[in-house]
Amino acid sequence: MSRDKHVLSVLVENKPGVLSRVTGLISRRGFNIESLSVGPTEDPTKSRVTAIVNADDVAYEQITKQLHKLVSVHKITDLTYDNAIERELVLFKVNAPAERRSEIIEIANVFRANIVDVGKSSLTVEATGDEGKLKGMEDLFRGYGLKEITRTGKIAMARNSKEV
Amino acid sequence: MSNAVKHSASTDSKAALTVAKAGAPRGLGSKNPKQGQKMTGAEAVIASLEAEGVDTMFGYPGGQVIKIYDALYNSKQIHHVLARHEQGAVHEADGYARATGRVGVALVTSGPGATNTVTGIATAYMDSVPLVVITGQVPRGVIGTDSFQESDIVGITMPVVKHSYLLQSVDDLATTFREAFHIAKTGRPGPVLIDIPSDIAGEEVVFNYPDDVNIPSYRPTYRGNAKQIRAACSRIRRSHRPVLYVGGGAIISGAGEEVAELSRMLQIPIVTTLMAKGAVPFDDPLNLGLVGMHGSKYANLTLNKSDLIIACGARFSDRVTGKLGSFAPDADVIHIDIDPAEIGKIREAQIPIVGDLKGVLDSMITAFAKSKVKPDTKAWLEQIDGWRKRYPFYDTAVVEEPNRIVPELALAKLADKLDPDTSIAVTEVGQHQMWAAQFLKCRKPRTFLSSGGLGTMGFGFPAAIGAKVGCPDKTVVCIAGDGSFQMNSQEMATAAINGIAVKVVIMDNRALGMVRQWQKLFYHQRYSFTELAPNPDFVKLAEAYDWEGERVSDPKELDAAYDRMLASDGPYLLDISIPRDQSVFPMVPPGKALSEVLGAIDRNDGATRQIPEEEAATVKVAPEPSDEELFDIEDDAEADEKEDAR
Ligand SMILES: Cc1ncc(C[n+]2csc(CCOP(=O)(O)OP(=O)(O)O)c2C)c(N)n1
Ligand SMILES: [Mg+2]
Repeated sequence: MSRDKHVLSVLVENKPGVLSRVTGLISRRGFNIESLSVGPTEDPTKSRVTAIVNADDVAYEQITKQLHKLVSVHKITDLTYDNAIERELVLFKVNAPAERRSEIIEIANVFRANIVDVGKSSLTVEATGDEGKLKGMEDLFRGYGLKEITRTGKIAMARNSKEV
Repeated sequence: MSNAVKHSASTDSKAALTVAKAGAPRGLGSKNPKQGQKMTGAEAVIASLEAEGVDTMFGYPGGQVIKIYDALYNSKQIHHVLARHEQGAVHEADGYARATGRVGVALVTSGPGATNTVTGIATAYMDSVPLVVITGQVPRGVIGTDSFQESDIVGITMPVVKHSYLLQSVDDLATTFREAFHIAKTGRPGPVLIDIPSDIAGEEVVFNYPDDVNIPSYRPTYRGNAKQIRAACSRIRRSHRPVLYVGGGAIISGAGEEVAELSRMLQIPIVTTLMAKGAVPFDDPLNLGLVGMHGSKYANLTLNKSDLIIACGARFSDRVTGKLGSFAPDADVIHIDIDPAEIGKIREAQIPIVGDLKGVLDSMITAFAKSKVKPDTKAWLEQIDGWRKRYPFYDTAVVEEPNRIVPELALAKLADKLDPDTSIAVTEVGQHQMWAAQFLKCRKPRTFLSSGGLGTMGFGFPAAIGAKVGCPDKTVVCIAGDGSFQMNSQEMATAAINGIAVKVVIMDNRALGMVRQWQKLFYHQRYSFTELAPNPDFVKLAEAYDWEGERVSDPKELDAAYDRMLASDGPYLLDISIPRDQSVFPMVPPGKALSEVLGAIDRNDGATRQIPEEEAATVKVAPEPSDEELFDIEDDAEADEKEDAR
C-alpha cells in the first residue's frame, strides 16, 4: 500500500548550507515538509536530517533519487515502513486557572510529562513521545485552552539496531 | 564524461577504465611546476586552473576578483577572453564545453557580475554541460551585511548547479578546485560554482594541488548492472517494433558509434532529440532524426507506435512526449541513463539500467554478437519506410511565397554549403532553431549546439563564440533569430576584438516568430507584443563592430551570399530577410498527443500541409501590414464600406 507520508532520514555532510540544499530540493520539486529536525551524529562531520514529507511512493522515490544527487548527501533511509522509533518533544503552554491546575498536573503525570514552568494562569508541560501520545495530550489540553505549542519536529531511528 | 571517454576503445574493461579516469585533471595535476610554492590565494586560483589543464577561460573583471585578474595577468598558459556581459561569458564557456567536451571556465566579480551568470548557469544545468564558474565574493568579515556588491550567489544558484562552494579558507582552495572540476565533468556533468571571498584571494598559502578527490557521498555509477543488461537484451530480442530513442546523454557519453552499431546490427530505427543531433550521422539509413514537437511525422509515428523504447541518455522531455497519457501506449521501456533520478521520473521503465551509456551499449553489442540472435524488424522497417516517403519534412510544392526566401529552403541550402565534418552549427531559440534542427546535416557529435532544456534566447551567439575559440579550425555558424540575437549582440565586440571568426545567420522575420506562431495557431491571431519591426539595421550594426555583413532578401541571391559569408576570414553577419508569418511544421501542439500533429506534409494528398479543418481556419497567413494598415487614416467612404461588411 502506498502511503502519502514518508519519514526520511538523510545523512549529510555537517557543513554550512547543506540543510538548505536538502530542504530547497524537496520544496522545489513540489513537496511539503511536514516536520523537520537536524542535528550532528555520532560522527561530528555528519548531520542527520529527519524529515516527514507529504508524498506518495512514486513521488517519494523521485525525491530520494534527487536527494542522492546532492554531493553533500551520504545516505538516505526510508523509515516509513520500518516500524521505526519515532519521537518528538513538545512544549504545551496550557491555560490553568488555580482551580484546575491539579487536573492538568494529573494529566501530565499520566503521560509521564513534566511541568517545566508555572505561571499565574498557565502551566508549561514538556512531553516526549510518538505521534499518538502527543496528539492525545494535545486533545486533552485543548479542553483547557492552549496558549502556545512548540514542537521540535520528529526524529526517527530504525529498530533492531538496524543501521541507518 | 570528458573527451577522454569519447575516444576509448570499445571493449568493456577499457571503457570502464577511461571512465574512471575521466575525472582526473587534464593538466599536470600535482606535477604542476608551481607545486609546493608559497603564493597568494589569487595566484593559487590561477595555479589550480593551470594544474587542471585549463588553457581557455571567459570572464569579466570587477572589484572582488581584481586580485585574481592580477594573478591571471602573469599566466602564460591561460588564454582569457573578455566578454562584454557576464551572461555572454558563461554562454561562451558553455559553447566551448559543448564543442570540445572539456570543462568550460568563467570568472566574474561579485554582486551584479555574479547574478548576471544565473541564466548561463541554468542553461548549462538543464543540458548537463560541465562548467566551473568562479565568482568573487565580498570579504568573509562582511558577508551578510549587505555590503557593496554583495549577493548570495551560492543561495541564488542553488537550484541550478550540480554543486557549489563558498570558499571558507585558503587552505581549502586547491582541494575545492580539484573537486569542482571532478564533479563538473564526471557522472552526469553540470555546472559547479566556486564563490571566493576576496580576502581569501589575498592570503598566503603553500600551493599543493591534489590529483585525487575524496568525496564519499559522490560516487556515480558507470557500469550497468549485468543482470539488467541481460534482461534488456532478452526484451529487445522479443520485440517487434523497437526504437532507439537517443538523447543528449549519447553525446556526453561519446556513445554515438555504439548507438549506430547496435542499430545496424539489430536493424532498429533511431530517433534523436534536439540534444542528440549529431550523435549518429544524419545519413545513417536507420536514423530518422528529430523527434518531438517539431520532429518529423515519421519519427514521431515510429516512437509512438513502437512496442519497445530503448531510451539512451534521454529524459522523456515534454517537448518529446507530448501528452504523456497517450505517449507510446504499447511500448515497454528500457531506460539507460547515468542519472538514476531520470529513470522512472516521467515514464515508468520496465528495465532500468543505471550506468554510462557507452559501456552499457557496448556490453549489449558484445552479447548480441556472440548469441547471433536478433529481433525481426523487417515489417516494422517497411512500415516506417512508408511513413518516411509519405510524410517528408518539406516539399517544394508547399512554397507559399515564391519571391521570398523560404526559411526551410534557406536552411536546406546552408546545410548543403556546410561540410558536416568541419563545421559546427549553433542555434539561438525560436523557429529558426527548429528549422536548423530539421534541415542541417550533422555527422558528428558536438557539431550541433543548442539550448534544449532551458530554451535560452541569447545563448546561441555567445555559445558560437565559445565553440569557435575551442575549435578554431572549424567553421562555426550561428543560426539566430532577430529577437534572440539582440539579447546578447554586445558580444560582437568580443568576436571582433579577439578575431573570433564566427558566422551569424539571422533568420530575420521581424518577429518573435515562435511565440507569434503560437498566437496564430492557438490565440486567435492576437499578436500581443511579438512584432519587432522596425529592427535595427543589422548590417550597420555589423559595420559598427567592424564585422563584415550583408542583407539578402531575394532567393536568387542567397547562394552567393552564403558563399561570400563562408569565404570571408573574419566574423560575418548575414541578415536573411524571410516572410514574417511562416510557421514551423510539423507541430505537435503543446499538451497534445504525438499523433495529433499539425501541418505534416502528406505526399498521398498532393503534398500539402495536413492541418485539420478547425485549425486550418486559424492558420491563415496574415499579410504584412500595407501602408493603409500601417497609417490608419480612414476616409469616410472606407469606413462606410467596413460598416457594410460587418
Ligand atoms: C530569454 C528568453 N525569453 C523569452 C523566451 C520565449 N521565446 C521563445 S522563442 C521566442 C521568439 C524568438 O524570436 P527570434 O529569436 O526572432 O526567433 P524566431 O522564432 O523568430 O525564429 C521567445 C520570445 C525565451 N525562450 N528565452
Ligand atoms: Mg524572429
